[in-house]
Amino acid sequence: MADRVGIVAVAQTKYEASKPRQRPVELVFEVVEKLLEETGLTFAQDGSGIDSTVTCSQDFWDGRTISNVQVMPAVGGYRRAEVKVAEDGAHAVFCAMAQILSGRSDVVLVCAHTKESETHRNVIENAAFDPIYERPLGVDFISAAAMQARVYMHRYGVRPEQCAQVVVKNRGNAKRNPFAQAPMDLTVEDVLNSRMLASPIHQLEVKPVSDGACAVILAREQKAKRLTARPAWIMGISSCYDAFHLGDRDLASCDALVKAAKKAYDMASISDPSKEVHVAEISEEFSYQELLWSEGLGFCERGDGGELLEKGVTAFEGKLPVNPSGGLLSGRPTNVAGLAAVAEAALQVRGEAGAHQVPGAKTAVAHGVGGPCGQLHCVVILGSQGG
Amino acid sequence: MANRVAIVGVGQTHHTAHRPDVNQVELMNEAVRAALRDADLSIKDVDAFLMGNMELFEGSYLVDMWAVDGIGSYMKPGAKITSGGTTGASLAIAAFEYAASGLFDIVLAVGFEKQEEGNTQAGIVAGSDPLWGRWIFTSSLGIFARTALEYMRRTGAREEHAAMLRVKADRCACRNPYAHLKLNLTMEDVLNSRMLVYPLRFLDMCPVSNGACALIVASEAVARRISDKPVWVADWVTVHDLEGSLMGAMPDVRTHEIAAAELYKRNQITDVRRDIDVAEIYEPSSWGELEWYELYHFCERGEAWKLAEKGTTDMEGEFPVNPSGGVVSTNPIGATAMIRIAEAALQVRGDAGTHQVTREVRTALATGWGGSDWTTMVLLKKSL
Repeated sequence: MADRVGIVAVAQTKYEASKPRQRPVELVFEVVEKLLEETGLTFAQDGSGIDSTVTCSQDFWDGRTISNVQVMPAVGGYRRAEVKVAEDGAHAVFCAMAQILSGRSDVVLVCAHTKESETHRNVIENAAFDPIYERPLGVDFISAAAMQARVYMHRYGVRPEQCAQVVVKNRGNAKRNPFAQAPMDLTVEDVLNSRMLASPIHQLEVKPVSDGACAVILAREQKAKRLTARPAWIMGISSCYDAFHLGDRDLASCDALVKAAKKAYDMASISDPSKEVHVAEISEEFSYQELLWSEGLGFCERGDGGELLEKGVTAFEGKLPVNPSGGLLSGRPTNVAGLAAVAEAALQVRGEAGAHQVPGAKTAVAHGVGGPCGQLHCVVILGSQGG
Repeated sequence: MANRVAIVGVGQTHHTAHRPDVNQVELMNEAVRAALRDADLSIKDVDAFLMGNMELFEGSYLVDMWAVDGIGSYMKPGAKITSGGTTGASLAIAAFEYAASGLFDIVLAVGFEKQEEGNTQAGIVAGSDPLWGRWIFTSSLGIFARTALEYMRRTGAREEHAAMLRVKADRCACRNPYAHLKLNLTMEDVLNSRMLVYPLRFLDMCPVSNGACALIVASEAVARRISDKPVWVADWVTVHDLEGSLMGAMPDVRTHEIAAAELYKRNQITDVRRDIDVAEIYEPSSWGELEWYELYHFCERGEAWKLAEKGTTDMEGEFPVNPSGGVVSTNPIGATAMIRIAEAALQVRGDAGTHQVTREVRTALATGWGGSDWTTMVLLKKSL
């Protein structure tokens, strides 16, 4: 890459099960205002401030066609450049990075919002499936995930207790993160005794309904260095789509994630992620996915995700802590999730994660996911030194 | 200034009101195959994919997932990008940026709409504020009726002037094999068509189309290697505005003026009709075309109706506008703004066939309009 791109500031709302007092634009205003205060940047037109904006939201979740119209006042959309990524927030970072590397912009604001509380996820997620052959079956992302969990657990002998342990770990980590929605002391029994939604997935193994917003500012190297003493450099980034129909995929594998991760690691000159990555923020919409995605990200061999967890490697005090923020299982809205993962990874390599700071984290992986059973993955590698 | 990129392939479907023979993904597939044929590339050559549409029009969530089967993004990077009417242009611009970033060599962008599978008016009304706007918002009709009335009052333009541009658009569409409406219209047909909201008549407004458009964009080095006729992307501008810009008494699309001023200044365009050879503009209404000539500085303020009378913007005219037939002839919304760019690229290449303009084309302008008065402008050139 010709120029390095760094993340110079991040902001999140507290994630909550419902935020009835704030409309989407007010959620976005809350995080953007924090960023402007922290960086001293403005929406100046003369190249001295933020040059352009990438937003991330979904018409479906907002119940509004062109869902980014409503947030214009909060993102510098008044007679300036903006574009919306209608996918997971990690892709908005991708888009912003391309704007900078293309030479078009030096400083880009990225923000994502979703209020899941205002609608029903299963109705929306059902609309992601084939309208003729699949939607009438009533399939949503939870029932699809149940199939994936079954295949994965069966093939590799992953036990329900190992999946449940992911929830215990992440909800426990959330106690250290002031923005997390649902920190909780849980036991494996609590998780496995919670209501069964779609066997083998229990209520506590599903990302809870969540409202919130997240924003970050990306800057070209020279400007990034001026804006902060500790930019989180984007060392690698890639994404990859898998096949659409669940039957066309090997659900116990995650080939798209493997491919995206390989490209991102290559860019970052990382050859052994299990040794060179210090912390990871990954998008586990369901408990078993943290194990499966850990394998895809190369933190362990295929099928060893459960063992990795049981050995404590991914625990907060472990060698490669996964989701020290509490992850999606502690509450993080769709769309916002991947951007929040990037923001949390940036906090870690900047040494600003506070009570959930992983000591000595210099290289972090952020991961975003889209579609049923992880059809689309985005992997972002951040480093305090790299580039 | 950005690294250079070129459009190396364009493709579109035959746009129509009914396509019961294909689903949404198969529709996209037609455009993608056409673009690959045009670029003489295989799907294996494409490094990244960007797609978009208006999700609530067809009611498909995350349609980029389903699209994998039809656009070839299997095991490749990509994302979904949408911005209302400007979606097609936003996709193209993102593709320019992806290809210019050095992250990818060849990027494919595809926009589509299969409007017969949804209710477009309901979809557009759902774009307004659920508490304050949805009860009164009348979609594009209210916007264009209001600005048309204001334009008539200010300039003395008459219904006939918009009708002249509608007839011009139809003449062009009749020569474009991909256009949706080809009606052989007369002035009488337009002026006697059903009144919707004064002064807008049925034939003044764009149709509800099904269709898709795809662009293949390459970085400079790759474009020079793989393409005989790369169309260079000289510049692009996006200007968005607040929701309130569609309410109240604001008669003009200010973002058009701001975007035009920025684009022309950066590219030393001082006399638009001299420095640009052809324009493909996003005119959802013939009244929009008339009014926006002035905002794009195609003429002085208050004089667009004179261009209509003189036929200046006809296909054979001094400054051809929308030789494709434009949006009043063809409007698959998520593809529409991309079709402007694709058609402008064909004009630059001299490959527009029966609707190639008579003037020699070295520089072409493509515009987009959408959201709450959002503007995109793309400037294409034959050589850099």
